[in-house]
Amino acid sequence: MMNFDYVRPASVADAIAVGSEKGASYLASGTNLLDLMKGGVSRPSRLVDLTRLPGLDRIEHLADGGLRIGALVRNADLAHDAGFARNYPAVAEALLSGASAQLRNAATVGGNLMQRTRCAYFYDAGSACNRRWPGAGCDALNGENRLHAVLGWSEGCIATHPSDFCVPLVALDAIVEIEGKSGRRELPLEALHRLPGETPERETALERGDLIVALRLPAEAQGFAKHARYIKVRERTSYAFAVVSAAASLRIEDGSIREARIALGGVAAKPWRAREAEQVLAGAAPDVAAYREAARAALAGAKPSGDNAFKIELAQRILVRALTLAAAGTPDRIPALPGSPFSSVAGA
Amino acid sequence: MTVELSLTRDPAHIRHGSNIGQPMTRTDGVLKVTGKARYAADNHPPGMVYAVIATSCIARGRVKSLDVAAAKRHPGVIDVMTPAHKPELAEDPDAKGNPFAFRMELLQSDEVRYANQAIAVVIAETLEAATEGAALLSPRYQVEIARVGLDAGEPYTPPVVGIGNPAEVRHGDIDAGIAAASKLTDSTYETPAQYHNAMEPHAIVAVWDGDRLFIDTPSQGMGFAQMRIAGLFGIPPANIHINSPFLGGGFGSKGLISGPQVLGIMAARLIGRPVKLVLRRSQMYGPVGHRPPTRQRIRIGTDDAGQLTAINHEARVTTSSFDDFYEPAADASHTLYASPAIRTAHEAVRVDTGTPLFMRAPGEATGSIVLESAIDEAAFACGIDPLEFRLKNYAEVEPTTGKPFSSKALRQCYAKAAERFGWAGRPLQPKQMRDENGFLVGWGMGTATFPAIMFQGNARAVIRADGKGVMETGAHDMGQGAWTALAQISADSLGLNFDQLTFRSGSSDLPDAGIAGGSGHTATVGAAIHNAGAAVIAKLAELATSDERSPLFGAGNAGVVARAGRLHRRDDDARSESYAEILARAGLAEVDATGSGAADATAQSQYAMHAHGAVFAEVKVDPELGQIRATRLVGAFAAGRIINPLLVESQLRGGMIWGLSFALHEEAVMDHRSGRILNANLAEYHVPVNADVPPMDVITVDEHDPHVNPLGIKGVGEIGITGSAGAVANAVFHATGIRVRNFPIKIEEIVMGLGS
Ligand SMILES: Cc1cc2nc3c(=O)[nH]c(=O)nc-3n(C[C@H](O)[C@H](O)[C@H](O)COP(=O)(O)OP(=O)(O)OC[C@H]3O[C@@H](n4cnc5c(N)ncnc54)[C@H](O)[C@@H]3O)c2cc1C
Ligand code: SF4
Repeated sequence: MMNFDYVRPASVADAIAVGSEKGASYLASGTNLLDLMKGGVSRPSRLVDLTRLPGLDRIEHLADGGLRIGALVRNADLAHDAGFARNYPAVAEALLSGASAQLRNAATVGGNLMQRTRCAYFYDAGSACNRRWPGAGCDALNGENRLHAVLGWSEGCIATHPSDFCVPLVALDAIVEIEGKSGRRELPLEALHRLPGETPERETALERGDLIVALRLPAEAQGFAKHARYIKVRERTSYAFAVVSAAASLRIEDGSIREARIALGGVAAKPWRAREAEQVLAGAAPDVAAYREAARAALAGAKPSGDNAFKIELAQRILVRALTLAAAGTPDRIPALPGSPFSSVAGA
Repeated sequence: MTVELSLTRDPAHIRHGSNIGQPMTRTDGVLKVTGKARYAADNHPPGMVYAVIATSCIARGRVKSLDVAAAKRHPGVIDVMTPAHKPELAEDPDAKGNPFAFRMELLQSDEVRYANQAIAVVIAETLEAATEGAALLSPRYQVEIARVGLDAGEPYTPPVVGIGNPAEVRHGDIDAGIAAASKLTDSTYETPAQYHNAMEPHAIVAVWDGDRLFIDTPSQGMGFAQMRIAGLFGIPPANIHINSPFLGGGFGSKGLISGPQVLGIMAARLIGRPVKLVLRRSQMYGPVGHRPPTRQRIRIGTDDAGQLTAINHEARVTTSSFDDFYEPAADASHTLYASPAIRTAHEAVRVDTGTPLFMRAPGEATGSIVLESAIDEAAFACGIDPLEFRLKNYAEVEPTTGKPFSSKALRQCYAKAAERFGWAGRPLQPKQMRDENGFLVGWGMGTATFPAIMFQGNARAVIRADGKGVMETGAHDMGQGAWTALAQISADSLGLNFDQLTFRSGSSDLPDAGIAGGSGHTATVGAAIHNAGAAVIAKLAELATSDERSPLFGAGNAGVVARAGRLHRRDDDARSESYAEILARAGLAEVDATGSGAADATAQSQYAMHAHGAVFAEVKVDPELGQIRATRLVGAFAAGRIINPLLVESQLRGGMIWGLSFALHEEAVMDHRSGRILNANLAEYHVPVNADVPPMDVITVDEHDPHVNPLGIKGVGEIGITGSAGAVANAVFHATGIRVRNFPIKIEEIVMGLGS
């Protein structure tokens, strides 16, 4: 591994000051960053260790009914917080469907949001990759790409964002609190990750030195707690990234859907909010016909980026399943196999 | 230096008594779970430095330049070993001295033959400095187009497959058999490349002392390793001391010394200091062997009664561009099913990968999943239950040779496993069963088989003046439990209680125990131990029975039995004498003897020798999302004498999980243009995790085999994969009606196949 400086700032302001310098990189638990460094994909000259920053590891209940989650809260701590799992069950299920127990114990909220794509060509320093090397080309495009994007991709990059956590979050209008050189600002999570377009190397809306300090869930997100699920199809029962996943949250009143919140994972360079599908369901009866129509709407703009046409079909079916299960009601406790189709009663 | 495990243990560990047939827990278990077992990379001799291999990122071409100066400027870097700067070797690493000498890359040229090949070695004071030094080499290449996959070139007929087997075997008239068929299934299957992922990567700590070499390295074959290293460095084999007490898994990858291990020795020689070299996980994907991809066409003919008329099994395999190893996949069809006509044939294509080599059940695994799937197809075509179909076509003699089996309790395996599983009443048609949650349920089965192989191995037994015993053999514990099983045999062969025995193993300074491979280690070394023990006991008996002062005087050799450190008269158990008394009277400090074990050529020419088994699997499949989960696995195996049921069940269980992995998970994904492996890590190279492993039942069926070897041992290390992979694949068909012929079975095949 290359030699690098390691600094452990005492305050957020100090962190931003050193983190804004060229070659610096924030280090949370390192479950993603250190792998990238070992593979020679990331070569920061300075690591700015965030893990000792005071005050970023708290879960706070806000006066307006919202929830504020510090960027250093561990994935496992958040998922196992009883109040959190009760109010945001799909988020907790998504968290627990990700990685392994050991990784979740280490991984932070900020790190999960900012984790890089798992595109194998991105990890393989010998391949051409526009994200790593703007203008180099994209070896995934005509390569082994059965798991790549079907929505929002460009010829420049067909990678997906791998996070499970972000999928229900984006559906629930989560907000990211950022501190940077020019002060504090907020961004809807939906605007954090960028689609590749002409500039795949710009993965997020963060500028150099920008630090995510917290994630906020608005009060009304709790309104979906009774009908919320996260379903994830993967290539083994646990410890695998999503082939495709879906988060569905519903507000059902008087036998019809008042409001639906829907997002897909594993399909695009960002957690994919499916507003078209939400519109289809607003006011509809909670039945399979409506779910199918919603699923069609969600994937209407999809196209294969390679050997992955099946993902378009699969995404629709997962969406129908997630909606069916959400409508049936959130289970009392998070299933033993979180997110797994096998943890739930199959449709029809 | 030898590791010696004291066998005097807390009685709590001796759960059911001792010695052969007892389910003893591992003698080295406590050492392992407390972290005291010292694996190769745990060693740190004084003055040791680190070597890190720089690997090629192209699959074919030449290294045009390396920035050695940049690497050397990096603080801590001591030296950079390159084709231009390396110790002289006494032998060309590309020479083929014997069939087990596979070519290796020891920086003999700037040629690149596969991705992940060693192109330089950086030696530094720290691992970090060596790693960065390797990165700073920034190689430039002259790239040639890589040959990737089963269609990369003109197929040719290999000279031999596996270890010296003919590429084509014919039994009966295959054309007539096909013509006689009233039903013919004709299917083409593909199996993927699989790469070795033992928990412990290849590692070596090498120390030179003049022209003596001391190495700590995991090895499944220390004798072979000594010979190869001796040849390469021009020193006598006896100068090479290999210490290999524990392996963190081998699975065939540590059977022969690999290029990276030799590079560690070269690095130590180059700089004159002890060197440690450990492969990174990703570096396992190339120089240490792998299971090559195969494409197999199999035609099965049956008559109106469901009797086989022909099996024509053809396999195409890949091998490297520079060496010859041919996975004998089609040979799986030689022994299992009675057919008047059987043909197996192989063809090969050269690609730019490392040379494929032995990986747990080489040939048997790749062939079994295809044969068992095809038999399932044939049974279905005939409208016959798959178990009934197999029984109808049960081979009473080995089909391709006509030899009787030395023993074959396969019928009992079928019966016991089927009963435990609850196979009766299984609907013939697929897609008939659902569970209470609406998931599709399928039941499949497969037959397991593996040949009873023996190599050549030796042991030395000693009885000391205090009446206690020592057994010495350079055997290999890969985690399978050789320390324990061989010690059990040792204690019995010397007529000692387990705690009266010292068992020494895991070092090349001990008698050569051959190779721990082919599921033949316990049989081979067990026979050597048995013979060594018997020879010592014979000497003791001779001393006692020919001495008038002994209560055993006149009993004759055949007239005594050894038990718990004493010899007893067979006809009068009360008349006995301890080993210590016998030696004391004779004025001897010890008696010793050696013994060897090897296959009995006469018996082999008369009998076909195989272990057998039957595996039944249940899977559930999500009817819309296509996700598959195995929910039950039941296997019954007949493998001769069982030395230790706990260890044996663990081997079988592990094999069955690998079978499950073969059917559903495991695959190396290679970029079809560059020839680089894209998932050379344990996050993306999927093997089953605990959540994928269903409840499993492993049954062993008694089998007395008087022909295989004196102890009647057949071996259990590899058979578990065979049968299991096919059983799982057949269960997926039974659940869904979709016959997936590309393994591992992928979600898209099920999703698209099930329709919306
Ligand atoms: C084998 C494996 C399997 C996995 N499987 C899954 C899975 O199934 N589902 C899933 O969702 N995830 C999975 N993950 C990814 C895992 O969730 C992430 O690695 C983890 O969340 C990253 O958190 P961290 O704290 O370790 O981040 P780090 O590795 O420390 O950082 C990751 C990135 O985020 C940046 N960063 C960190 N914190 C901040 C901050 N506060 N502000 C700005 N930038 C920041 C870092 O600079 C770095 O670029 C897996 C990871 C591994 C290694
Ligand atoms: S898909 Fe994106 S991340 Fe992957 S190689 Fe192409 S540009 Fe790089």
